[in-house]
Amino acid sequence: MPKGPLVRRHSLATRLTHWGWAISLFFLLLSGLQIFNAFPSLHIGQESGFDYDNAVFSIGAEQVQGEWRGITRVFGQSFDTTGYLGLSGESIPGLKPGEFRAFPAALTVPSYQSLALGRSVHFLFAWGLVISLAAWLIFSALNGHLRHLWPSLSDLRRLPADLWDHLRFRFHHSVKYGPLQKLTYALVLFVALPGMILTGLCLSPGFNAAAPWLLDLFGGRQTARTLHFLIMLGLVVFFIIHIAMILLAGPINELRSIVTGWYRTDAKGEHHE
Amino acid sequence: MNDRRKFLLGATAFALSGCEILDGAGKPDSLFRPVFGASEGLTHLAQRGLIGDALAPEYTEADIRQGQRPNGSTNPETAEYLALRDGGFRDYRLRVTGLVDRPLSLSLADLRQMPDRTQITRHDCVEGWSCIAKWRGTPLGLVLEQAMPRLAARYAVFHCFDVAERSLSGEVAYYESIDLMDAWHPQTLLAWEMNNKALPIANGAPLRLRLERQLGYKMAKYIHSIELTDTLGLLGQGQGSYWADRGYQWYAGI
Repeated sequence: MPKGPLVRRHSLATRLTHWGWAISLFFLLLSGLQIFNAFPSLHIGQESGFDYDNAVFSIGAEQVQGEWRGITRVFGQSFDTTGYLGLSGESIPGLKPGEFRAFPAALTVPSYQSLALGRSVHFLFAWGLVISLAAWLIFSALNGHLRHLWPSLSDLRRLPADLWDHLRFRFHHSVKYGPLQKLTYALVLFVALPGMILTGLCLSPGFNAAAPWLLDLFGGRQTARTLHFLIMLGLVVFFIIHIAMILLAGPINELRSIVTGWYRTDAKGEHHE
Repeated sequence: MNDRRKFLLGATAFALSGCEILDGAGKPDSLFRPVFGASEGLTHLAQRGLIGDALAPEYTEADIRQGQRPNGSTNPETAEYLALRDGGFRDYRLRVTGLVDRPLSLSLADLRQMPDRTQITRHDCVEGWSCIAKWRGTPLGLVLEQAMPRLAARYAVFHCFDVAERSLSGEVAYYESIDLMDAWHPQTLLAWEMNNKALPIANGAPLRLRLERQLGYKMAKYIHSIELTDTLGLLGQGQGSYWADRGYQWYAGI
């Protein structure tokens, strides 16, 4: 395939902040699952129902016909998740069925159960996320990156064609982001990440006093906790697609651009702009 | 566990390959400790700045849909507590000591005769659950007013009846502390009534703290006495509260 010129695609600010929130989100996810393990169910409303049922999701362990099983419930629907969720780790027949924990050791920081350490890690990297996102927003507003990223009307018009190209694994390498890319990044940066920060803050009884409107916005503290979890799932899905796209579009070139800034574009005529 | 499962979990662990790198960070001599300390200091500062004197949200009778879930100790068994309990807490005296000009010794009747406050609030446990209940009690600020704290006083320390830990070195009774900004806050109560009934033993009878802008573990139950101090260094292992000495944040606004 004929190669086009090397272009400087990402500014230093974009690259630094990208890795800032990438590392932060990694630890936020794993420490978040640790925190979830301390009370592994999600509810709708202000409070968690103990005398009534307002749970929409839960992970636990139950005895089924004398045998311990990991059970995950979604909207009342039960799934046997032994080995992954609810019950995982080494089992010794006749002695112990495994470890009773919602998310397994491989998915939590620290790997053992510690709500205290999980919280310390979570809040440390929450600052990492907030600071890198704020820095990115300021630099991007100043250097024009924000304008490039924001999906325009012509982007929306080109969206169906771009989507079709992606489905056929035809990727374009241009200095500019494609319409689907712009839309996805905008969704992550302006909806998912701020949503994550706001629903997280809504779990703070201190912050509730400062901004009670946030509780009304999200429909109560326990709903906010459920949303915090749902947006996390959305970000995990984004991460998987993000990595898949990098692998499919040429991992060396893509990685070079987010590390050094330099990106090999397609030869002229290769892309239809 | 079968091989496929082992492989899948192993592959996930490898892909993430980070879950064990912070395993040592819980140790007191870990290099991460000062980093966490700095981050928690920043969190404390940010919350103090944002929250100020704001009131915690209050709810209505219609929001009380269940009893208050008890947590932690639910039935203290020290001889001193059992004797008071058997007497219906008639002989209970809340002692207010330390850096005060007028040390106090108040019975439950004394406390009930003072102006009280009723509030329907949401209790958030550090584990993640919430529960709404109605609390009635004497604002801590009114008690402090009587005791007249000295200028040097910075913290109110709560010594409790319940033994939170038994070890070879002896029994550790629950202890907690708050700064005087929180102590003077109008919603900070010494509660003696819950959901229109005398405070149940499981929820901290005869007297417990309500500190609505922080998490549940800050709200000491079974209060034995209150001590005003200028330092938390001499209390427990020096972090200011039973749970702070065990790696949790002393300021638990989040």
